[in-house]
Amino acid sequence: MKKTEYIKLIDTTRCTACRGCQVACKQWNEMPASRTRNFGSYQNPPDLQWNTWTLIRFQEHVDKNGDFKWLFRKDGCMHCTEAACIKVCPSGALYHTEFGTVGINQKLCIGCKACISACPFDIPRFNQETEKVYKCDLCYDRLKGGQQPACVLSCPTSAITIGEREAMIDKAYRRLDQLGGKGVVYGDKFVGGTHVMYILSEDPAVYDKLPVKPRIPASVILWKNLFKPFTLIGMGAVAGMAALHYLIKGPHEVHEKKEGDE
Amino acid sequence: MTNHYIDLKNSDVILIMGSNAAEHHPLAFKWIMRAKDAGARVIHVDPRYTRTSARCDYHVPLRSGTDIAFLGGMINYIITNKKYFRDYVVNYTNASFLVNPDFSFKDGLFSGYDAKKRSYNKETWTFQNDANGVPLKDPTLEHPQCVFQHLKRHYSRYTLEKVSSITGVSEENLLKVYEEYSATGAPDKAGTECYALGWTHHTTGSQIIRTMSIIQLLLGNMGIAGGGINALRGEPNVQGSTDHCILYGNLPGYLKMPTASLATLGQYLKKNTPTCNDPQSANYYQNYPNFFVSWLKSLYGNAATPENEFGYSWLPKLNDGKHYSQLHLFDRMYKGGVKGLFAYGTDPAVSSPNTNKVRKALEKLDWLVCANIFDNETASFWFGPGADPKQIKTEVFLLPAAATMEKEGSQSNSGRWVQWKYKAATPPGDAISCGDIQIRMMDAIKALYAKEGGPNAESILNLKWDYKDRQGNMDVLKVAKQINGHWEADVEVVDAGQKKLFKKGGLVPTFGMLRSDGTTSCGNWIMSGSFGEDGENKMARRGKEDPTGLGLYPNWSFAWPVNRRIIYNRASCDIYGRPYNPKKKVLEWTGDKWVGDVPDGPWPPMADKEKGKYPFIMKTDGVASLFGPAMAEGPFPEHYEPLEGPLAKNPLSSQLINPTIELFSSDVDQVANASEKFPYVCTTYSCTEHWCSGALTRWQAWLLEMQPELYVEIGEELARELEIANGSKVKVSSARGEVTCIAMVTKRFRPFIIEGKTVHQVGLPFNYGWLYPKDGSDSTNFLTPSVGDANTFCPEYKAFMVNVTRI
Repeated sequence: MKKTEYIKLIDTTRCTACRGCQVACKQWNEMPASRTRNFGSYQNPPDLQWNTWTLIRFQEHVDKNGDFKWLFRKDGCMHCTEAACIKVCPSGALYHTEFGTVGINQKLCIGCKACISACPFDIPRFNQETEKVYKCDLCYDRLKGGQQPACVLSCPTSAITIGEREAMIDKAYRRLDQLGGKGVVYGDKFVGGTHVMYILSEDPAVYDKLPVKPRIPASVILWKNLFKPFTLIGMGAVAGMAALHYLIKGPHEVHEKKEGDE
Repeated sequence: MTNHYIDLKNSDVILIMGSNAAEHHPLAFKWIMRAKDAGARVIHVDPRYTRTSARCDYHVPLRSGTDIAFLGGMINYIITNKKYFRDYVVNYTNASFLVNPDFSFKDGLFSGYDAKKRSYNKETWTFQNDANGVPLKDPTLEHPQCVFQHLKRHYSRYTLEKVSSITGVSEENLLKVYEEYSATGAPDKAGTECYALGWTHHTTGSQIIRTMSIIQLLLGNMGIAGGGINALRGEPNVQGSTDHCILYGNLPGYLKMPTASLATLGQYLKKNTPTCNDPQSANYYQNYPNFFVSWLKSLYGNAATPENEFGYSWLPKLNDGKHYSQLHLFDRMYKGGVKGLFAYGTDPAVSSPNTNKVRKALEKLDWLVCANIFDNETASFWFGPGADPKQIKTEVFLLPAAATMEKEGSQSNSGRWVQWKYKAATPPGDAISCGDIQIRMMDAIKALYAKEGGPNAESILNLKWDYKDRQGNMDVLKVAKQINGHWEADVEVVDAGQKKLFKKGGLVPTFGMLRSDGTTSCGNWIMSGSFGEDGENKMARRGKEDPTGLGLYPNWSFAWPVNRRIIYNRASCDIYGRPYNPKKKVLEWTGDKWVGDVPDGPWPPMADKEKGKYPFIMKTDGVASLFGPAMAEGPFPEHYEPLEGPLAKNPLSSQLINPTIELFSSDVDQVANASEKFPYVCTTYSCTEHWCSGALTRWQAWLLEMQPELYVEIGEELARELEIANGSKVKVSSARGEVTCIAMVTKRFRPFIIEGKTVHQVGLPFNYGWLYPKDGSDSTNFLTPSVGDANTFCPEYKAFMVNVTRI
């Protein structure tokens, strides 16, 4: 059953970093808080975690003209059309929903972490206790119920909005016009188009942890076309994934312990 | 707010100064974004670059406590460059009034100063009157004694160079703001100002707001859509609690608390009821006796009679010349002069200045009653850091209170909209609303007085106290109706030429019908009209109609007074009642009536010399005050340094600090001005993620996760100098105390050049306390001084001196 394809637009030029979205996400998805420390930044938790699916990144930036800017970027799953995570997922836990977004079914997740290695945006996070991967599903349950995602509903300045795909792309470019062309629309030109898009005030290269040209790793394409069918049928999936992981990224990094880098 | 939140969208230039609107009014900020979408310029002037600055067109940093210098320079710019709205200034302000020739200003002091009392004799702060007692005027504004010329002379000293040297703002940035903002002096342009605690938390706080009021009057920005002076109040219901007299000198509706020397009702009313000999001034406060006697009737009911002056003698009185602010309260408590304290919904052991003094003072109490939804540092002071429970005699009671969403009632927003809300959940366990706590307590007190008597027993025994429902709980609608007011007798009123009979016990439809003969009662005159005479609760209205297209939404809730959405709105039209800006018509005189918002009175515009009235109806003279003699410091605001600052001398005069502030002198009230030991200017604030002292929000894990512990924001330059690394632990100390916290090294604080020298500023939030989290540090107010504004005693949390050291 094909339904409307949605895009969530994050207009960083309207964001006040109130972090209502960060709390709303935890509240709706019933995610616990971690006991954090102040590491010299407003940003907290320092990075995405299995229990933090969205995060405002705070970044102090001096532009080419010497003007100071405090940049706020809401980080989280971009919901790619050509989603590397779905391509590598051996168990079917990650999938495209009828809204074009990337859903996740933890019951099917085998904890192989292939998606973590494959994601060009470094989004999925692993929970050592449940041995499963977690990330934003764009409030699939709310969308199904005809409701806006929790983060969208919480946003006081309409920095986060959601709507049908074409209309939102159009909206993004109209906003860019309103800003006198001072900005960048991010998300429609790669990985088949993402279902989360940004209006950025600066060049994408300026932002922490935001790839300028995100793409699916070549190894993932190789994997998808050649190896995946075999591993699923024949050899142990976990071993296969471990091999793939090493192929793409080398030894695995532990995300949970990573500090933010404002 | 003279205007209201939605109206911010109608502005052409929004000056945010003394406020961090995006962080502290995140929902309201959307209207600022709407204005921006429509092409408005948004300017942020603030010591530090905040999340608000990030969304403004530009940010201009200034040294904490120098706002009057900054704004005084703007007045000078507006007058020198003739940017003022002349028609408005001549007709709607006291610019043309001739001042008493004995009035003077010399070297930082106005005439009449008494250095011993640290206060003024204001007898020269008056106008010259004609034979009829009406102020003499010079509409050409040229007379050397007219207010306008005094104003011009006073602020001519605030040159760009001088202001830059005091504030640390570059002359280029000063000019940029002055030019852009004063462009709203055009008749069809609107400029608005948003302030909050960044202005009130100074020893010169009230006068900072006065300075901006003068600017708004010069530019014709008062009474218009997208204009006004807009205090952004907060979720603590500041607006509602002030309306209902949280301040010690007020009674409900800003009526004055009586003083001991006003022994009779007649004396009291004479003192507080202004008279005016100009027939064109509505002088609306001539109705003061109607409001006050109706309030006495609401307090004492049938026991209040003309024979006993409606119970005036039962009211407690203030001692003349004495003040009773929170600063005074804790000073007296520290000295052992207070036996017991009720601290409801407040955490002064964290939120009041000079924490060492406050916590020591609490030890001197016999008893302390707290009512809160969580435990806090005040209720638990007796086992806090440095306290020895064995040595503390204070008996502490902590009553579990219902949270805001667990009770029905009204909440007032900054735009004076009183909105009714319903109970969403039942309070847990034994918790009940603070209203119910009060009702039960007063029942018990009345019973005790009935049995045992006591001093001023009549005041307690005669108190009307019938606010319970059948189950014995507080009936919030009964309270609200009492606030609105009732007829106490059958009364025939002539309204718009029609005779109408109002029956005893019915609701009074508006404060215009209140009477001073005891035939009406009203708990708070400004709220009169919140109910219809048919019993409709107008506060619960939710109509979304917007007939003016300006976002006034007259059918949504009730706005005091009389559902007026923009105060002083008659000033949006010229003297014939034609709107200055036809594109944003708040009001228009159609020849027989005003159309648009609820006007400031029904009278024709002032060009009608017979029936017409001046627009500022709450002012005695009917016009707005450029010359404002009601203020403690003088009729024109003057720059004085904070109690503690980096300078040994005020660059503008020999008066270093506000000459009228009260100085506290206990052993813990230490001050270190221009001291090498404490070289850095410090300011304090809240953050979006926590609420006030954090007593509610620190227990909320998601909020604590985002802002887990106390931090001090330090500019990169100072951090380099002190070799402080980002994220490291530091000690911040003042002459009064110290705290340890995390250093947040940032580009958002920059050093200032003040009087030729580099001055660094740092800042800390005040959202943390020792009780929870255990490792989040303690109250920032260990650092702040017990000193307040000379008019309001609002503490100076925003400017004092500290040192920062590595640990």
